[in-house]
Amino acid sequence: MARFILRRLAGMVLVLFAISLIVFAIFVVIPSYDPAEAIAGKNSNPQLVANVEETWGFDEPLPVQYLTMMKLAFSGELVSYSSEANVTEQIWEGLPATFSLCIGAAVIWLLLGLLLGYIAAVHAGRPADRVLTVLAVIGISMPVVLLAPACLYFLAIQTDLFPTGGYVPLSEDPLEWAYHLVLPWTSLAILFAGFYSRVLRSNMLEAMEEDHVRTARAKGLTERQVVTRHVLRNSLIPIVTLFGLDFAAALAGAAIVTESVFNLQGVGQYAADSIANLDLPPIMGVTLLGAFFVVLFNTLVDLAYAYLDPRIRLGESAR
Amino acid sequence: MEGRGPWYLTYRRLRSNRFALAALALFLAIGAFVLAAPLWADWVAHTGPNETHTTEKIEVGGEKREVVNSDGTPIGPVWLDAGGRFFLGADGRLGRDEMVRLMYGGRTSLAIGVGATVITTLLALALALLAGYYRGWVDTAISRVLDVVWAFPVMLLGIALGTALAISGIDIGPLTISGGSTWLPLLIIGFVLVPYMARPLRGEALALREREFVEAAEAQGSGPLRVMLNELLPNLLPTAIVLATLNVVNAMLLEAGLSFLGAGVQEPDSSWGSMVAEGVEVLATTPLLTILPGLMILLTVLAVNVFGDALRDATDPRSKVHLESHTGSYEPDRRAV
Repeated sequence: MARFILRRLAGMVLVLFAISLIVFAIFVVIPSYDPAEAIAGKNSNPQLVANVEETWGFDEPLPVQYLTMMKLAFSGELVSYSSEANVTEQIWEGLPATFSLCIGAAVIWLLLGLLLGYIAAVHAGRPADRVLTVLAVIGISMPVVLLAPACLYFLAIQTDLFPTGGYVPLSEDPLEWAYHLVLPWTSLAILFAGFYSRVLRSNMLEAMEEDHVRTARAKGLTERQVVTRHVLRNSLIPIVTLFGLDFAAALAGAAIVTESVFNLQGVGQYAADSIANLDLPPIMGVTLLGAFFVVLFNTLVDLAYAYLDPRIRLGESAR
Repeated sequence: MEGRGPWYLTYRRLRSNRFALAALALFLAIGAFVLAAPLWADWVAHTGPNETHTTEKIEVGGEKREVVNSDGTPIGPVWLDAGGRFFLGADGRLGRDEMVRLMYGGRTSLAIGVGATVITTLLALALALLAGYYRGWVDTAISRVLDVVWAFPVMLLGIALGTALAISGIDIGPLTISGGSTWLPLLIIGFVLVPYMARPLRGEALALREREFVEAAEAQGSGPLRVMLNELLPNLLPTAIVLATLNVVNAMLLEAGLSFLGAGVQEPDSSWGSMVAEGVEVLATTPLLTILPGLMILLTVLAVNVFGDALRDATDPRSKVHLESHTGSYEPDRRAV
């Protein structure tokens, strides 16, 4: 296990390095703009551009520019020149809202997806399964850009059932916190809930064909015991990896849209506002830190998975 | 069924799947809808997608009505009462014809969904064939690059590329694309989704490489290109086609997200995603401007999803390709092992 962890961590460091190179290339090397001018943003003037040029060292060779950019990003000195705000501080302020949104949504999609998948698998082929299949396919196909505004309009603007947006910190008022997040959570969770119900259903149906399940039935276990102890347990293992990937994907993807529709003032909305203003430093910061977080998180999930399922780490070291 | 090839069997299975046929019909209908955009614009609505009618009045069923009210609310759907003009109403302060915009926006959305998928598929097949045929360090190099791009969250990668390039455009060697061009989101989406198709295909190519027919072809003196194109490629195609179908979904949803945020299709062009972004600004007064383009995305994605799943079941009922197109996992197709 120790060897596996070391190898996995070494791989992670390499990927992080490569990702930082890609971010540098995207913002500085590939575009045909003058980077100092682009980074200065919409309030650009010759004095500011010269200032940026100096801070970012754009007259230096590329490797030095790369190091300067990383130093700015990771020492918390990255500044947005159009809003004159420190990027790291802004990201830091947005984190509670973003994590509240993503963790809550993840709990909902896991519970809902697994419950519906379980019901569909147990009733495979019967009407309940058919109805759930149709619902799941619609859920999987539901674009967040439709679901979030539709929830907002029909459940908040028209009917006043829920607040129309905004974020209330958990520490301030837990009830209001949850009340304000119900719609964003739902908007973000539906797509994944549909997908997880499909995955669990097909995993369970597959597991039901296995020999050990037949043995369990043959030795006289009740159907419920067979399904929960022998089928469900094995079917849940692949969900762990999938969940790791999707949680990260939601955090660095659909959450950005959801946050800006519901005005949650999280990191995603900060990114969305910066895109609208073509303000590059915040986009750099969010991209870089977001990608780093996702890679770190996925490594942790991989390690957890290897711990749960010895076949993974043994297979890896045998190769 | 004896003596029939696998393609015919796939066709037979698809033909007997009513859901698949309905999904295909829906997709073709949407395709026809967006292709008819210039016809509707010229012959029925008499306006273009970006023409403004802010101060105009139109005759609806005999009475004169303003396209945009003095308080800025646009006219709602008038169906055919104005002779086809403003069928679905106008789109806000600017008073553009929503129906015409919906049709033209759909062209952009579908063109990006399909065009990006073509790019992704070609790149993914090329990489999978190279990695699968040469194995060794070629495979290692290709896999590592794919790993890194795959580890980068697609939306963030799309946002970074989308904003940086929208400012300046691309100017590399012979390739020059201006910042506002629709080619940019198309190329960016085509590029960022490559690992999601290349990783599963590479696994399958590696497994195929070990098979006897490849050995037989090499024994007959086939060179690398011949083995790749005549032996490996035909066997990769069924999976590639299914993955490509489902990739259209990923590409369209990514386009919608990016355009919604302003890192995709740029003004004055529009797509369903960017139309939703404009609609959300006036959600409380004219929700239709958000719901309509959003619904079009949903219907298209739904049709492609249902058809893609049916196609997968028809080519190989046991495969897990939908999962692979979602995660870009390495798990090789068991049929090939």
